[in-house]
Amino acid sequence: MSVGDYIRESQIWKSIFRHPAPVDRRNRIVVMLTNFFLHLHPVSIKKQGIALSYTWCMGGITFFLFLVETITGVMLMFYYRPTLEWAFNDILALRDVRTLGIMREIHRWGAHAMVITVWLHMYRVFLTGSYKPPREFNWVIGVLLLVLTLLLSFTGYLLPWDQLAIWAITVGSNMARATPFLGYEGPGAQLLNVGGFDLITSGSDARFLLLGSRFVGEDTLNRFYILHCVAIPLVVSLLIAIHFWRVRKDGGISQPL
Amino acid sequence: MSNPYPDLTPSVIFGLGWIYMILFLLNIGWTVRSYKSKQHVRLPALLGGMDVPTAGLWALYAVMLGIVAVAHFTGSNRPESFLLRMPLGAKMAIDSLANPVKYFTLSVVLFVAVVYYRKQLVKPHVAWTLLNLSLIFMAVSLTDWDFRQIVGKPDNVPIVAMLFIVAFFTWLYFKRAVDNDERIAAGRPLYEQEDNEKVLVWPDLVYTELICMVVLTAVLVVWGILLQAPLEEPASSVKTPNPSKAPWYFLGLQEMLVYYDPWLAGVVFPSIILVGLMALPYIDFNKKGNGYYTFNERKFAILTFMFGFLPLWVAMIILGTFLRGPNWNFFGIYEYWDVHKLEALNNVNLSELFWLKWVPSSAQGLPVAPAGADEGTKFLVILYREWLGLVLTIVYVAVLPGILAATIFRNFFYRMGFIRYMVFSNLLLMMAALPIKMVLRWAFNLKYIVAIPEYFFNI
Repeated sequence: MSVGDYIRESQIWKSIFRHPAPVDRRNRIVVMLTNFFLHLHPVSIKKQGIALSYTWCMGGITFFLFLVETITGVMLMFYYRPTLEWAFNDILALRDVRTLGIMREIHRWGAHAMVITVWLHMYRVFLTGSYKPPREFNWVIGVLLLVLTLLLSFTGYLLPWDQLAIWAITVGSNMARATPFLGYEGPGAQLLNVGGFDLITSGSDARFLLLGSRFVGEDTLNRFYILHCVAIPLVVSLLIAIHFWRVRKDGGISQPL
Repeated sequence: MSNPYPDLTPSVIFGLGWIYMILFLLNIGWTVRSYKSKQHVRLPALLGGMDVPTAGLWALYAVMLGIVAVAHFTGSNRPESFLLRMPLGAKMAIDSLANPVKYFTLSVVLFVAVVYYRKQLVKPHVAWTLLNLSLIFMAVSLTDWDFRQIVGKPDNVPIVAMLFIVAFFTWLYFKRAVDNDERIAAGRPLYEQEDNEKVLVWPDLVYTELICMVVLTAVLVVWGILLQAPLEEPASSVKTPNPSKAPWYFLGLQEMLVYYDPWLAGVVFPSIILVGLMALPYIDFNKKGNGYYTFNERKFAILTFMFGFLPLWVAMIILGTFLRGPNWNFFGIYEYWDVHKLEALNNVNLSELFWLKWVPSSAQGLPVAPAGADEGTKFLVILYREWLGLVLTIVYVAVLPGILAATIFRNFFYRMGFIRYMVFSNLLLMMAALPIKMVLRWAFNLKYIVAIPEYFFNI
């Protein structure tokens, strides 16, 4: 009996993996049904549905990048404090002092890549007509995930607290000031007043809601930090779960049922 | 005295040597591929008019690249006298041609050409030639200091990569679509239907996933080692950088600010883009093209989506990232980002055109409310002042869909029904609003169609 067999026959191994090694047809089916991480997949699948020249693998890559961002992001959180006093210096330390400082590089490049791959995923789904019935609603969830991906990147942009960060967020969030009715420089905002008091001011409009302040400051940093690290990832995780579940329930990634 | 902005330095030349070396190796591989395919090509009569194997031509080209690469490795110690660089005349010619009008026109022309010549484009030799041309253009352009400043910025590297990746996948789509369209025309089964029996997910899919994850991890780690994530000066709310740019994926929207006010470019249009994307599966009633690549069976849908994604989204991001400098002025790719560059801005509103130019009797000026008038009168005077723009806008969003339904979209109207058609036609008109405003700006210096700054309502 080889060492490998000895380990695979041990009680510990068998208690962890509910299936024998997937070396024959039967166990290759069993493994898909009994492994938590694999049960997301079907047991068998059409050959074209997994051909790279058909799928471009972009949805899978986007999900993988989301996992990379989560792992590197959690590691970065150990070294980062979202305050005016520390934010920039903590990033500087990641670059110069911390052993795992490369996590920041991977996190940033992964984020850029994720924005691109999510667009390409959408491009492929459109070009193969995979949004057509019965998958209309999954496309809608996909659009929501696209928005949330952009918002994740947008909120993360601010955290290094350097010139690039605050001015990109300033330019981006200035748009909210012009929201019709809800931004204090938006059309129609003047109409919302009660007895001569404006309801929409720079201290109560859509931009204020986004920034938590009249300008990009410490309140914004805290707000974006929580959105970036907790709030949006939670929503994204839920939507990803639904997105994947619908792929299975709607009968694979494309083609009519 | 040394130039503070040198076009060439020893390290740049050496780095370019590596690019040419990689191109050389790629083309050796391509030569082998052509040799195996045993294709021949007829030379033009001027060169003898005989049949030669394509592999021979590629081999010649590859050897040339090899020599260029070696020249870069050995000639890097004398950057001033190094000859392989973008000629000044070419740089000036390209820069002088560059402006937003030509840029957008060119991107639309390119888009139309890609669609029109798709059958030629999908041939491997054509695609490979275009790829080589664009890579060599990049490499030669990198000999320019200003080009390197903007393209070589660490945050911009993924955007350059995106350009090539999007081009590649668009090509791949057309390759598959052209193939399938020929199959459909000939009555043969689709590519996706051939060889499509079921396989087990373990090992066929899980191993692909595993390899993909390993490769991606390696790519990210190498990328992270080679390129350091940028960190600028600490944030300062008093030092405004010029240009101030939004994150790169929003630069298409920022570019829209040139033509529309923030409430439209920054709020309404982005919302409509998202609503439009979500509405898309409910609008497209075409049952064909589900689960396979095709162009002919869904021309309208493909062209609309691609027009939105390629010229209006990706090309606008490229424009905003690489060609917009200080004060959001347009700069050629080899042009120095001069903060003091002046661009004349003498745009006029439609109401000004109407009251001051087209109506001779009202030469004294735009209608204004009499002093001391109440809010209601002021509002009515504003409506009177802007009546032409308001009417045009209302016609555009409310009457035009009806006209279209009676004419070119008659078929769509019948197939979609009233509500679905109204949603569809309005979304389409909103999408067309950007190019329309662009053309109006370029042709008539038109600033606003409706200009009511009193209520922040400018269109």
